[in-house]
Amino acid sequence: MSDHQYTPQSKFGKWFNDRLPLLTLANHLTDYPTPKNLNYWWTFGGILTFCLITQIVTGLVLAMHYIAHADMAFESVEHIMRDVNYGWLIRYIHANGASMFFLAVYIHIFRSLFYGSYKSPREIIWIIGIIIYLLMMAAAFMGYVLPWGQMSFWGATVITNLFSAIPLVGEGIVTWLWGGYSVDNPTLTRFFTLHYLIPFLILGLVVLHIWALHVPGNNNPVGIDIKKPSKDTVPFHPYIVIKDGFALLMFMIVFAFFVFYTPNILGHADNYIEADPLVTPAHIVPEWYLLPFYAILRSVPDKLLGVVAMLSAIFILAALPWLDTSKIRSAVFRPLYKQFYWILVADVLILGYVGAMPAEGLYLLIARVATAYYFLHFLVVLPILGFKERTLPVPLSITEPILAGSPNLATARENKRLDKLK
Amino acid sequence: MKKFSKILSFIGIFFCFSFQAISAEKIEYLKTDWSFKGLFGKFDRAALQRGYQVYTEVCSSCHSMKYLSYRNLAEKGGPEFTEEQAKAIAASFEVVDGPNSDGEMFTRPGKLSDKFVMPYENVKAAQAANGGAYPPDMSVLAKARGGGVDYIYSLLQGYEDPPVGVNLDDGVYYNKFMYGNKIKMANQLSDGLVEYSDGTVASVEQMSKDVTTFLMWSAEPHLEARHQMGFKAIVYLIILTVLVYFSMKRIWSRIETEV
Repeated sequence: MSDHQYTPQSKFGKWFNDRLPLLTLANHLTDYPTPKNLNYWWTFGGILTFCLITQIVTGLVLAMHYIAHADMAFESVEHIMRDVNYGWLIRYIHANGASMFFLAVYIHIFRSLFYGSYKSPREIIWIIGIIIYLLMMAAAFMGYVLPWGQMSFWGATVITNLFSAIPLVGEGIVTWLWGGYSVDNPTLTRFFTLHYLIPFLILGLVVLHIWALHVPGNNNPVGIDIKKPSKDTVPFHPYIVIKDGFALLMFMIVFAFFVFYTPNILGHADNYIEADPLVTPAHIVPEWYLLPFYAILRSVPDKLLGVVAMLSAIFILAALPWLDTSKIRSAVFRPLYKQFYWILVADVLILGYVGAMPAEGLYLLIARVATAYYFLHFLVVLPILGFKERTLPVPLSITEPILAGSPNLATARENKRLDKLK
Repeated sequence: MKKFSKILSFIGIFFCFSFQAISAEKIEYLKTDWSFKGLFGKFDRAALQRGYQVYTEVCSSCHSMKYLSYRNLAEKGGPEFTEEQAKAIAASFEVVDGPNSDGEMFTRPGKLSDKFVMPYENVKAAQAANGGAYPPDMSVLAKARGGGVDYIYSLLQGYEDPPVGVNLDDGVYYNKFMYGNKIKMANQLSDGLVEYSDGTVASVEQMSKDVTTFLMWSAEPHLEARHQMGFKAIVYLIILTVLVYFSMKRIWSRIETEV
């Protein structure tokens, strides 16, 4: 616990805080007991908050100069790149910021998968997280449409056309989404509106995500419940603040490298060609962070079933707390799960790769196997594993059962290994 | 079980490599040293000026550059013509303006604030004059093609007689770097086509390099500012990261936990 609690001293401060305890909320945030063995994979929550704020701030400035009109959007982006003061910087931060955001969110999600952070009592945090992830994908997709380049236009055409797979009403829904009979100006203006709205929805959900987190407190690499506050925890400030800050700076160096030295490497060259409804690009590919789902979509020969498979691939994650039947959270004590975890990581990477390739021949075959395995992991492997797996003994607290009092995981693992040899 | 996962990961790695092999079948572009690549990359001023000359004398009869203005030619980080030179360049073009107080359109000499004059009235006119193919606007062309500057540089030098068995229609030419090898633009460059005022020999290779450099600048006019700021920003971040790292070590030394 920090030794100095803040209490408002001024008359106005007291008056205000009695009515809305905003000033003493800081006490909760600074004292918030955090497990002291959190590793750097836990710093991505803070990094993601930074990403969201960056996107909102740069997006606001861009929106002041951008014109959401099919005839002027492309030109207004060039205007930002050429004539707006530091417009190139703001736009490149925003465009690469989206990729950085997804990079961070994937690490954040896979950290949760490894350490079982989605399990009881953190199911609500997890589900809110999945909704945030869904909204992020929607925001990113619509944002990619705004420059009105070739990939913008054709990406929008392909993705909105997915709704036509819905029986009976599909075609009507697509026309309604487009605001016409093809992707055109009405589509662009509504995408711009939604692209502007969604980040604020995400911001609200992030507040809920953190609120829900602060009820049970953080999970930790050992994955056990800890007493709070105790010698297993440290106050959030200054310990976690400085650690998150350090990790954020490392992240920003990578971010800066992309923005200043390879700002277009994550985009597609075709998006610097103005949208032309009469010319279809040779390969229509989404941004890299959507590729695994794109691969799942294309691996199913039937359009409707493909869409169902793609959506299930995302929604299945929301059911994860109940699909995973193991009582043990951390993969550190689940030798079999740990291996399946890494297979899943490889599987998703393979899906991402084949998603960028033409859907034919060997690529299609690999995509199908990888898609099947993705669902197998969640629907078969995880439920069975909880019953069959022989887990390793879990320590009682972060500090106590470990030799030399080290909460360091490497030491803990080493001790486990020594114990087994005996 | 462990073996099983190892085998699987090996299969995964194998696939990754075979993918690499498949994707490596791409054509090799001609290579040259670009002065603007790298952490401190800058444009070669003289190459930009020569490139502008090639663009104006050769390309601009078909290709527009609608996002550029004559004032850009005198701006920092670009060809950096003097303001007088840029004004003279602008004035050498006839710009349609108006309507005047009588409601008539009129032509006048260009000013710095004017956009580059377009070769055709509209896309249809451009297509009609070029056998149905629209000569793409070149403002951002260097960013709008997969291979970027290497692709453009190669394409300009990639004209060849078609191999035996390849039949070309009228107005279609063979280029070994073009997607599908068929291109509607005829070979434009030949040795000595333009006369450089700085005495540089106007070989096809030289002109290709100069005009491609110019296209890179027109696509990324703030590239130099970006590289300079990027270096400062990253050095700043690294110093700050090191300082924060030691502060963190210091703070965490209060408790018996490694950070």
